[in-house]
Amino acid sequence: MSKGRFSSILKLSVLSAVLAFTSNVSADPVKAAFVYIGPTGDHGWTYAHDEGVKYAKEKLGDDVIVTTIENVAENSDSERVITSLARKNDIVFTTSFGYMNPTIKVAKRYPDVKFEHATGYMLEDNVSVYSARFYEGRHVIGKIAGRMTESNVIGYIASFPIPEVIRGINSAFLAAKSVNPDVQIKVVWVYSWYDPGKEADAANALIAQGADVLMQHTDSTAAMTVAEEKGVHAFGQASNMREWGPNAQLTGIINDWGPYYADRIAAVRDGTWTSSDTFAGVQQGMVKFAPMNNNMPTEVKNEAMQAIIDLSMGAIHPFTGPINKQDGSPWLAEGETPPNFPDLLTMDFYVEGIDSQYPN
Amino acid sequence: MNESLFINIIIGISIASTPLIFAAIGELLVERSGVLNLGVEGMMIVGALLGFIVQFHTGNPFLAVFAALLGGMAISSIFAFLTQFLLTNQVATGLALTLFGLGFSAFAGRGYTEETIVLIKAIHIPVLSDIPFIGPLVFSMNPLVYLAFLMVYLVWWFLFKTKQGLILRSIGDNHDAAHAIGHNVVRYRFMAILFGGAMAGVGGAFLSLVQVPIWGEDMTAGRGWIALGLVVFASWQPFRIILGAILFGGITVLQLHAQGFDIRISAQYLSMLPYLATIIILVSLRIRLKNKTNRTVPNCLGRIFHSTS
Repeated sequence: MSKGRFSSILKLSVLSAVLAFTSNVSADPVKAAFVYIGPTGDHGWTYAHDEGVKYAKEKLGDDVIVTTIENVAENSDSERVITSLARKNDIVFTTSFGYMNPTIKVAKRYPDVKFEHATGYMLEDNVSVYSARFYEGRHVIGKIAGRMTESNVIGYIASFPIPEVIRGINSAFLAAKSVNPDVQIKVVWVYSWYDPGKEADAANALIAQGADVLMQHTDSTAAMTVAEEKGVHAFGQASNMREWGPNAQLTGIINDWGPYYADRIAAVRDGTWTSSDTFAGVQQGMVKFAPMNNNMPTEVKNEAMQAIIDLSMGAIHPFTGPINKQDGSPWLAEGETPPNFPDLLTMDFYVEGIDSQYPN
Repeated sequence: MNESLFINIIIGISIASTPLIFAAIGELLVERSGVLNLGVEGMMIVGALLGFIVQFHTGNPFLAVFAALLGGMAISSIFAFLTQFLLTNQVATGLALTLFGLGFSAFAGRGYTEETIVLIKAIHIPVLSDIPFIGPLVFSMNPLVYLAFLMVYLVWWFLFKTKQGLILRSIGDNHDAAHAIGHNVVRYRFMAILFGGAMAGVGGAFLSLVQVPIWGEDMTAGRGWIALGLVVFASWQPFRIILGAILFGGITVLQLHAQGFDIRISAQYLSMLPYLATIIILVSLRIRLKNKTNRTVPNCLGRIFHSTS
């Protein structure tokens, strides 16, 4: 589809460039750039990154000049955009999995520029990776979904079969199953991060097939509006979507990138930046939750709160053995938890009990 | 398959197809007049935004749809002015219109991404809508779905049953000859382009007024391009637009349902099907053109008309 090519005609917002010349700060401000996959108005993934950028700007003030580019498709376009940003910036954040190869390629050509790639796993001396343990969030909403479903069918609107999305599906399913052995999960792939019309179609299809709790791993609020209209439950994705589903939204997984962005940009300013591999979750505050809806029974709410507390103490791991893969082969032994690499970061299988076939 | 699921799938298909019918039937008339307007996507997105804004502020669906119609028309008038009076290249101008529409709507819609509206609901006719099975399928659709079908009929009627329609088609086939016998080529084309803009605007508004109650940048997500493909698919015959739109929209909805039932058909292959069909139809049209058994492609499509007298 031509969406990407045409819409990525760049919406450059160069901010506060003038500030650099005014204040009494002696050092040059750090020039930081962010590449976004969607529009900041999606109220999901890109919105959450943009909120993080706003936080970093507020915190660092005159020390940083930020450039953001929205709607950059994950094709050869992204390499062009990243290259042009690398020429003019000290640090470039690429905020989608599909930017992995272009980021690495450009980073090799610009060894003096720092790169930060979100949700990937390829490191270089000047490339850090950072990701949030969203699957911890999925663990909490999985428990709620398992308790709240009456039809025992959870509908899952998925984007692309990449490790991050697969982790979410597996984690949500295992958590739901732990409180409701009869629960099933129906996964529908829309092969898009952002297409409100198609996301709504998928939500409608899942509801028609009996799902009464929806989860999404796409970026718009469309599914939430469908859930509200049809009177089923859903969870906010990446940000609080309560406004679109005051009755439907039980809670939401909120991505909080702000402190990380502020830290990394400050590290460039202070000359202390080194390539690092960050995979933070509830414990570090990178994964947060929207307020629990009052229409949930107290026991369900308490159970979810307990799970959040356990996660924040590091007391539980959503993937704790024994867990088999979908084909029945063993993955984790009793009490075992998986390492970040390769198990979590390259996850490419469903766990046992999920009926849907793994997408090819 | 149970009855309510079947009805649900049909309603889903009607919702996915309707924006395509609106946009494609408008473009069909434009192309019949010999003009290729590649700005459908841009006109749709402007319609989606204006419809949303008016519905948000007034809550009046009639005004909202009307605003979308005017919005699509207004932006298409830029294209009409450039191509008909300044004789610019239609392909380049159309592409520019798409880019402009996407950028303009993203900019103008900034303040509306946080908002939500009341959707235009499906109608309910007492008695008729309550007939089992037939009622929900035939008498309980969204009013705009009926309007889309009506527009297809009206365009067919205009093109093939009125004198003006005949003139429009003759302009599309040979603008020099039409001009020589005294028809105003530019005026016909100008009006056709405005109609195309109006229909694309309503098609776009269907997304933000019926399908999802939100406004988002790029929410048309390539549907304008599908509509352009549909016109070719329909070989410029109005009623085939409905068939094509149901095929294009149906595949989208059916593949989502198929996944839910865990029927293994690769989603990518399915999404490819309508385009494959379009290519096959293009090829067969060419063959039939060679054999002079088909005369539906407007001969002057995309050609600039320069009046010498």
